[in-house]
Amino acid sequence: MRLREGQSWAAGMTLMGATQLAYAEVDGRYNLQTPATGIAQQMYDMHTLMLWICLIIFVLVFGVMFYSVFAHRKSRGAVAAQFHESTTVEILWTIIPVFILLGMAWPATKTILELKDTSNPDITIKATGYQWKWGYDYLKGQGEGVHFVSALSTPREQIEGKAPKGPNYLLEVDKPLVVPVGKKIRILTTANDVIHAWWVPAFGVKQDAIPGFIHDTWFRADKEGVYRGNCAELCGRDHGFMPIEVHVVSAEAYAAWVDEQKKLMAAAADDPNKVWTMEELKARGEQVYSANCAACHQANGKGLPPAFPALDGSKIANGPVGDHLNIVLNGKTGTSMASFKQLSDTEIAAVITYERNAWGNATGTVVQPADVRTVRSNKTAALPAQPVKSGHAG
Amino acid sequence: MSSISHDHAHGHGHDDHGHHPTGLMRWITTTNHKDIGTMYLIFAFTMFIVGGLLAWGIRAELMYPGMQLWDPERFNSFTTMHGLIMVFGAIMPAFVGFANWQIPLMIGASDMAFARMNNWSFWLLPVAAILLVTSFFLPGGAPAAGWTLYAPLSVQQGMSMDFTIFAIHIMGASSIMGSINIIVTILNMRAPGMTLMKMPLFVWTWLITAYLLIAVMPVLAGAVTMILTDRHFGTSFFNAAGGGDPVLYQHVFCFFGHPEVYIMILPAFGIISQIIPTFARKPLFGYASMVYATASIAILSFIVWAHHMFVVGMPAAGLLFFMYATMLIAVPTGVKVFNWVATMWRGSMTFETPMLFAVGFIFVFTMGGFTGLICAIMPIDIQIQDTYYVVAHFHYVLVAGSLFALFAGTYYWLPKWTGHMYSETLGKLHFWASIIFFNITFFPMHFLGLAGMPRRIPDYATQFADFNFIASIGAFGFGLSQLIFLIAVVKCAKGGPKATAQVWEGADGLEWTVPSPAPYHTFEEPPHVK
Amino acid sequence: MSQSHAPYYFVPEPSRYPIFGSVALLLMGMGAACWMNGVNAGPYMVAGGFAILIYMLFGWFGQVVGESEGGKYNQRVDVSFRWSMGWFIFSEVMFFAAFFGALFYVRVLSVPDLAGLESRTLLWNGFTPAWPSAGPGFSEAFTPMGAWGIPAINTLLLLTSGATLTWAHWGLVNGNRGQLKLGLLLTILLGAVFLCLQVYEYVHAYHELNLKLTTGIYGSTFFMLTGFHGFHVTLGATMLIVILCRVMRGHFTADHHFAFEAVAWYWHFVDVVWLGLFVVVYWL
Ligand code: HEA
Ligand code: HEA
Ligand code: HEC
Ligand code: CUA
Ligand SMILES: [Cu+2]
Repeated sequence: MRLREGQSWAAGMTLMGATQLAYAEVDGRYNLQTPATGIAQQMYDMHTLMLWICLIIFVLVFGVMFYSVFAHRKSRGAVAAQFHESTTVEILWTIIPVFILLGMAWPATKTILELKDTSNPDITIKATGYQWKWGYDYLKGQGEGVHFVSALSTPREQIEGKAPKGPNYLLEVDKPLVVPVGKKIRILTTANDVIHAWWVPAFGVKQDAIPGFIHDTWFRADKEGVYRGNCAELCGRDHGFMPIEVHVVSAEAYAAWVDEQKKLMAAAADDPNKVWTMEELKARGEQVYSANCAACHQANGKGLPPAFPALDGSKIANGPVGDHLNIVLNGKTGTSMASFKQLSDTEIAAVITYERNAWGNATGTVVQPADVRTVRSNKTAALPAQPVKSGHAG
Repeated sequence: MSSISHDHAHGHGHDDHGHHPTGLMRWITTTNHKDIGTMYLIFAFTMFIVGGLLAWGIRAELMYPGMQLWDPERFNSFTTMHGLIMVFGAIMPAFVGFANWQIPLMIGASDMAFARMNNWSFWLLPVAAILLVTSFFLPGGAPAAGWTLYAPLSVQQGMSMDFTIFAIHIMGASSIMGSINIIVTILNMRAPGMTLMKMPLFVWTWLITAYLLIAVMPVLAGAVTMILTDRHFGTSFFNAAGGGDPVLYQHVFCFFGHPEVYIMILPAFGIISQIIPTFARKPLFGYASMVYATASIAILSFIVWAHHMFVVGMPAAGLLFFMYATMLIAVPTGVKVFNWVATMWRGSMTFETPMLFAVGFIFVFTMGGFTGLICAIMPIDIQIQDTYYVVAHFHYVLVAGSLFALFAGTYYWLPKWTGHMYSETLGKLHFWASIIFFNITFFPMHFLGLAGMPRRIPDYATQFADFNFIASIGAFGFGLSQLIFLIAVVKCAKGGPKATAQVWEGADGLEWTVPSPAPYHTFEEPPHVK
Repeated sequence: MSQSHAPYYFVPEPSRYPIFGSVALLLMGMGAACWMNGVNAGPYMVAGGFAILIYMLFGWFGQVVGESEGGKYNQRVDVSFRWSMGWFIFSEVMFFAAFFGALFYVRVLSVPDLAGLESRTLLWNGFTPAWPSAGPGFSEAFTPMGAWGIPAINTLLLLTSGATLTWAHWGLVNGNRGQLKLGLLLTILLGAVFLCLQVYEYVHAYHELNLKLTTGIYGSTFFMLTGFHGFHVTLGATMLIVILCRVMRGHFTADHHFAFEAVAWYWHFVDVVWLGLFVVVYWL
């Protein structure tokens, strides 16, 4: 009902008549999306309330002004009065707005206190922002231990206009976050490189993910369904392409999903002591590469110079393995080349082997997971390399 | 050292008109506040066109979903440079141009207090502009971290970021010198009898704005300096591994950023407060409360900065404090709006172009103010922070606010500057085209934001397609409408009906006592104000 | 200044110095940016720009000095100068405030936050948030700078220099040029000794304490604040030298010496900033 009011008001004020609604009526076209949590509902109502208050003040003030514009014009013979002061009036229109503001602040204060209360969650999940995808770790509660990475799944052809755009264009991911309905979910946000923000409008949740710090927020979804959001903080090139997709499911479905994830993870877990062949590593490395590196260095290894260097023929990818390992493990501060130490030893070994033997690179080096482990445990290399840009600064 | 003084030793004070350089050198060396004001205005309009063309670049990409024209990184650099150029290149210098032309005329001073430094303040701006614009041609392209240059994204950028940082330093130096000049001129060079509470409101608003500038430009310089050292000298101000914090940058930047937006609106309030009484033929209602309201806005502006950071994860106490403080600003701003309406009430109004823009300003700015208030309600802001709702909010206050006030002021004082009346037909056409296209461009952005379209993205989900299309059409129309302004101003500068000294029937103030066009030197002997 | 044909307010004729200043800053800004990114022309551009800047400063101030000594500045112009110097110093205060604010913020908020919520368990294993800190990613050992060695001596030096400068001012006001010159000279010397000690302190920090600009946030704030202050001391001392030269040439009278006072204000401001630094950077 409320939604309808908001919509008709808004529709009246635009030129909607001119454009045909060519797309199926999507939820939340003129107004906030349909809330799926109590907090989001409060936000929605608060916005409606504010809109009405502002609209009423607006109509009153501009009613007076336009009446004056109409009636007190010289062409209608108006003669100017000369009054220019009235302390009473001035005090009135200072005090009354203060009270209106108090009326607005009251519900807002209550909501703020509620939304900052992240205590007693049922499930705690860490969301880590990477350039440009989200990593999820289920830390506590049912599902503990599950972790995966979630990236945009819209095909490039759709973005480039070579294929018709799907219904969830840019709002779909390869592996959605799954949570049970009616449970208090606490989200911890952090980031690996720059600031991102985890935002799902229907939940009324937006929290910046700040590299090196953890912040938290929470939601309790009332209804099962699929909810979509975006990264909401400019984070570089593909900021517009790192959506969030959350599936809210029944308790049973959630339990089943957790089981399935556990099995999948067990199956995919690599024996860290396995010795791999070059071919195996290259095949595995290609997957890791396209999931993690291709966004910048491109699938063909040519990069996008000068912002993102080519790996095909690059000095490091053809030079000593140590340097190569170092830049992938620790990144390079001051550039968008972040640390990839969240990848497993096997994945890093695979991607490095791949990079050193793909495209025009033919070093023939084979890096084994055990090699990565040795470098990793060598603590001194862990400090993010400090001196930054090239050149002779300092 | 003292030997140098002989170069220019003219026996007598100012009476040296004959020696003035001509041609380009006149403009490069001038110490005349009117020349400098004109240069500021031309510079600002040029930058407005550059910034506007970048806005076209943004709107062209966003016209349809999907990637068509620019690489995402290039798109981000358009957004960044559009914001930087409009704020630092167009709006701020334009207001300084007005200050240069009008303040001495309005307070009866012969020139600005430091005429040579005034020249330098201006000539630093093209330098900063060169640094900014060159960055498009550097390897890696122009900076793409948003005009707010949030770390650590700005630490990642290529060498163009360093150009931008130095440009900001230079712009800051220019602004600080300019504001010192304005403050000293106002405090020390008023004509006898012109007490503070008799000053025209435009002068008052600039006095207060100049204080804001002096207080916050150095803070911005500090913020970008820390980015510079984080980029090149291995400091850790914004790097958690070294104990710093990216949010620290946001605090320092926003401590500058919020007063900055009032820097761009207070002089606009001043212009509007000159125009409304003139065309209502009735004194300004509540002069004293207007002054106090302006001062309150300025003071409050220092304690609201974190409303740009409602989602960084502040504790509840911080959120509440900044929310309440921000909401309070509605009170003095409301006082201003009410006073303007009360001035119009029972006046004898006519609607020449300046008045049209002034009335349009009040109407549309207030809408922007209300959306600002909605942003200030922290729980609502969670939903609209970093969406097109915010983009709509600030274009309502910046384009329909600052920019419209600049147009109003230009039409208002143009006859005084050029000695000719502009074409009222063109002026009215400009107004109606602007206000209609403005709303077509930016009104739909409220819906986009509410429905969940993030800002600073080159491509969007399909349900946002139709409003984006409308906005883009509006943007092209709005840009083209500005050609009318260009034509109107150029025509007026070239000729037209002679303007009288008084120009407007209801105008009041010292600037209307000198002939039109205002002679090169005015008030060499101060007038006496009763 | 009371002749009736003298201008009410002195307005200088057109000047070419500002444009030199602009070109200088263009070269310096562009040059510095290039330099930092390893473009070879960078240092030359900076040097060229700096040379032009020096030329411009000499020319411009020379002209101002000439005008001042030529009696073109009346009482009203003098008041303008006073206001402007005051507000210029205020803008410098705000510049320092940005860095002091950063120090306050990291000490009170961000360093403790690094161990707040789950940050310590999930991100920075075992990090103890205590000042001085170089952050959780910094694994080398370093010694923070103590307050009671050189810094305390430096505090005394600067405080004394404030006194000698005031003493010089008394000399000027009372027409005792000898006292004026001696006072100025002493002030400059004290400033110079201060700077030498600071350089020594930096060398000591780099070589013995392993305290560098790159030593996390402690090193960053330490060197940023003290370095920026040291830069201001250098500027102030340079201005004092200029004033001394002018005094040698017989400039300034007991009731007409704004330039002297402006520099004195500046020097006292630098002094006060140091006190703040001493307390929050070294001592607490
Ligand atoms: C000229 C510039 C200008 C002006 C004047 C304002 C004015 C205001 N702004 Fe705005 N703002 C910007 C420029 C400006 N802003 C910019 C550029 C940004 C984005 C920066 C970025 O991220 O890039 C921004 C962003 C911004 C945000 C952050 C949004 C976000 O990123 O999430 C907020 C939140 O509080 C805000 C609030 C306000 C408020 C409360 C006012 C108030 O001053 C408005 C007061 C006016 C009124 C309220 C109307 C008149 C009053 C009455 C008629 C009286 C009666 C009314 C009542 C009692 C309700 N602004
Ligand atoms: C200060 C003032 C200001 C002004 C005046 C404008 C003006 C405009 N802005 Fe503004 N905008 C900002 C300040 C401003 N903007 C800021 C601060 C941001 C945030 C940046 C960030 O996120 O970092 C922003 C961001 C921003 C965005 C969001 C981008 C994003 O998030 O990715 C958009 C999108 O539509 C936009 C559009 C426009 C449009 C269409 C105009 C139009 O009004 C422009 C119209 C003008 C012209 C088109 C030029 C007209 C002249 C001619 C055409 C004449 C040509 C003549 C000759 C060549 C002789 N702006
Ligand atoms: C967000 C963008 C981004 C992603 C994702 C990324 N890189 Fe990089 N990478 C960079 C940038 C930028 C540089 C250049 C750093 C510099 O300036 O030296 C770089 C440099 C490198 C280099 C050194 C190249 C050379 O010769 O200088 C290697 C090797 C490398 N990356 C490997 C990887 C691997 C492996 C992955 C994935 C696991 C990856 N990168 C993911 C941005 C990225
Ligand atoms: Cu991640 Cu924007
Ligand atoms: Cu603000």
